[in-house]
Amino acid sequence: MENMRLKLKVWRQPKPNSKGQFVEYQLDNVSEHMSFLEMLDVLNENLVSKREDPVAFEHDCREGICGTCSMVINGHPHGPQSGTTTCQLHMRHFNDGDTITVEPFRATAFPVVKDLVVERAAFDRIIQAGGYISVNTGQARDANSLPVSKEASSASFDAAACIGCGACVAACPNASAMLFVSAKVSHLALLPQGKVEAQRRALNMVKQMDLEGFGNCSNVTACEAECPKEISVNNIARLNREYISASFSYEEKEDKGGGAG
Amino acid sequence: MALNGKTPPGPLTDKWTKYRSTVPLVAPNNKRRIDIIVVGSGLAGAAAAATFGELGYNVKCFTFHDSPRRAHSIAAQGGINAAKNYRNDGDSVYRLFYDTIKGGDYRARESNVYRLAEVSTNIIDQAVAQGVPFAREYGGLLDNRSFGGVQVSRTFYARGQTGQQLLIGAYQSLSRQISLGTVQQYNRHEMLDLVMVDGKARGIIARNLLTGELERHAAHAVVLATGGYGNVFYLSTNAMMCNVTAAWRSVRRGALMANPCFTQIHPTCIPVSGDYQSKLTLMSESLRNDGRVWVPKKQEDAAAIRAGKKTGRDIAEDDRDYFLERRYPAFGNLVPRDVASRAAKVACDEGLGVAPTGLAVFMDFSAAIDRYGKSKASTMGNHHPDAATVRDLGEKVVKEKYGNLFAMYEKITGEDPYKMPMKIYPAVHYTMGGLWVDYNLETNISGLFAAGECNFSDHGANRLGASALMQGLADGYFVLPYTIGNFLANEIRTPKIDANSPEFIKAEADTKTRIDQLMSIKGKQSVESFHRRLGKIMWEKCGMARNAEGLTLARQQIRELRDEFYQDVFVPGSATGEYNPELEKALRVADFLEMGELMVVDALSRKESCGGHFREEYQTEEGEALRDDANYAYVAAWEYNGWDTDPVLHKEELVFENVELKSRSYK
Repeated sequence: MENMRLKLKVWRQPKPNSKGQFVEYQLDNVSEHMSFLEMLDVLNENLVSKREDPVAFEHDCREGICGTCSMVINGHPHGPQSGTTTCQLHMRHFNDGDTITVEPFRATAFPVVKDLVVERAAFDRIIQAGGYISVNTGQARDANSLPVSKEASSASFDAAACIGCGACVAACPNASAMLFVSAKVSHLALLPQGKVEAQRRALNMVKQMDLEGFGNCSNVTACEAECPKEISVNNIARLNREYISASFSYEEKEDKGGGAG
Repeated sequence: MALNGKTPPGPLTDKWTKYRSTVPLVAPNNKRRIDIIVVGSGLAGAAAAATFGELGYNVKCFTFHDSPRRAHSIAAQGGINAAKNYRNDGDSVYRLFYDTIKGGDYRARESNVYRLAEVSTNIIDQAVAQGVPFAREYGGLLDNRSFGGVQVSRTFYARGQTGQQLLIGAYQSLSRQISLGTVQQYNRHEMLDLVMVDGKARGIIARNLLTGELERHAAHAVVLATGGYGNVFYLSTNAMMCNVTAAWRSVRRGALMANPCFTQIHPTCIPVSGDYQSKLTLMSESLRNDGRVWVPKKQEDAAAIRAGKKTGRDIAEDDRDYFLERRYPAFGNLVPRDVASRAAKVACDEGLGVAPTGLAVFMDFSAAIDRYGKSKASTMGNHHPDAATVRDLGEKVVKEKYGNLFAMYEKITGEDPYKMPMKIYPAVHYTMGGLWVDYNLETNISGLFAAGECNFSDHGANRLGASALMQGLADGYFVLPYTIGNFLANEIRTPKIDANSPEFIKAEADTKTRIDQLMSIKGKQSVESFHRRLGKIMWEKCGMARNAEGLTLARQQIRELRDEFYQDVFVPGSATGEYNPELEKALRVADFLEMGELMVVDALSRKESCGGHFREEYQTEEGEALRDDANYAYVAAWEYNGWDTDPVLHKEELVFENVELKSRSYK
């Protein structure tokens, strides 16, 4: 196939509080074998050679696992290809003469840093609120002393495959983080090791999610459709069950304390 | 400078137990008064920071990523080794130790490697307790697979995403400590200098990448867990932001860089497809459990495939050369990485490559699909299945084992690997060299520790598959938390380190000068273009095969390129008040331009072939690496004093008391 000519409409916003706008760029000689980010590299090389400010975008592993790359391409977080991160989206899925619109993930809880870069630290704070198993280094017993069924382990993995990119939030009309939160709650609750604090975890993570300004879930399921790791909305149902049962039954009790000696 | 590895006395098997039981401790009330800086939040950094926090130290953890979960450990695919012997196939701590020493071509320190093998079993226990969903069998117990260079199945895995799952485990432990307040996390902060006070490492200068502001951070000790320097080659399987800056800035302050020429070229990566290429993607070594590597026997077949007139499927069985199975019958496709990579290069050099560039060999799953298909049909009671049924069932089994890798291959190349053999070629993947450390993982700078890929410690001249995750987590969870006590026990009377002391002010000013210099050049060429040119020099002359002539030329070329960089690089934007990824890159490439030269110097001075370091002048008649134990059984630890003087070599002789140095054979 001949090289493609593309028109790019890219969101440019120099600073978090400055006004942004779409800027058009013409790009020729785009090879179908390029990844989307390599295409942006070429654009940036062109801009730098003209002593213009390159487009800021986040990226790192470029193999679909670190979750750093983001951006909304033609209205889809990570672009139109299902189950694919932006870094693994290749230009063979576009056509010569296409106009491609590129903009940042948009959500109150993900403020724009510059151009296509947003701040997703809210996700870290949600994990800090309870997305872990409370075990110190050195306390573990032999790994095979507690069998875990292949099915449970596999289902847990399916949820644990979340890369924390935030596409679910960007896809949701309410900018809800339910898919992200539910994936972590499911990953841990499905394993016997994580069951012990499952209720506390669900309550605390949901509380933090609300504090961060993410919206509510209204079962649109766009999150599942756009998730590059194809995390299922069944996790949201599981989170709701955990959360509701925890709301009724879980009570953080104060330790009586004291003790002799 | 005399290098003391500080290996504890006594028999190999007792060293670590004895050490752990006698190392000085820091009492809980004193731990609360001691600050530790951890730079990097990958497996080694996150594990260390979390564990220090659990022990009660005050920890500051830095990453240049937007979140600690993004570190490149996350991209490790295949697995993690541990001497659990769950398979009952003859594995043991000693065997893992021996395999690692031999795999490293006898260029690692025995005591460190034995300790690594010992703690490997704890890592699996710890990870399972954290909720890492390792692959399991129907009985609910953990599954294993094999990796290169070994004859047992000791690799634990989580589909093709083992690094991701282990890193999430460490990240969750770190997150818990952040919420408890024992760890302060600094995201989007890059270490740009090491601060020394009275000869000890006491802090860092970090740049806030969002604002460009320089910050002074002080602590009683500094731990670097900042990964490898593979990106010096520009194209590698490393993530785009992986860099040598933190380690190199420490070298600039006096730390020694050990064995920098020991770099790992991984045999199974997706080949380069064009000039715009920004990185290479690994296809996990686990695929070599079932994939058979081959090229056509005849050059005309290879030429027809390159021209698109034939495909791999058109080549008859008898016209294929399964060159790894032919050359190394004992290990076959599971020879270590350095051996497999060189064999692929030899095949392509002979004109048998199968990609348009001439640089690719096939990795073929049809035999495995056939074998699994028959076995599956048999378990279903069908003992005479037709070919289509076998194929269908076999593809399903292969998909279950490697589905995500096959999907990744198809996304990148547009070819279906279930139908056509994969095309693969070696690419830079890992760096065995790194900061010189002793048994305590302490560098020659008192109070400066290095963990994970950024130290040189455990893999000698070649790392075995599934051992990087093992080392990162061993260092972070189980080694440093003990060994750092050896240093800190003497620091309990040291008051809080003052970040406003003249040493800190000076280091910050030095850093600002470096940044201002880069910003003021305002030349014509992009940072990226310099990086690409450096990578080309390194790959061609200090890559899979090296020789004195090429290396000498490379050194000259790197020096010229560096001069040109400082005259003509263009860094857009400004240094402060904005997020400026181009400036971040410029600072990293500036350091690669120095590190690259040191690698070449090291490769030139090591006049032998071992592991990933293949000097063409030193090979057997069969083209195997020819080691020179009499003259080169040492760690080359380099002191770097700037552009105008040659680096100074310090040798740590390697003492082998437990294994006999043999020519490494996988035949």
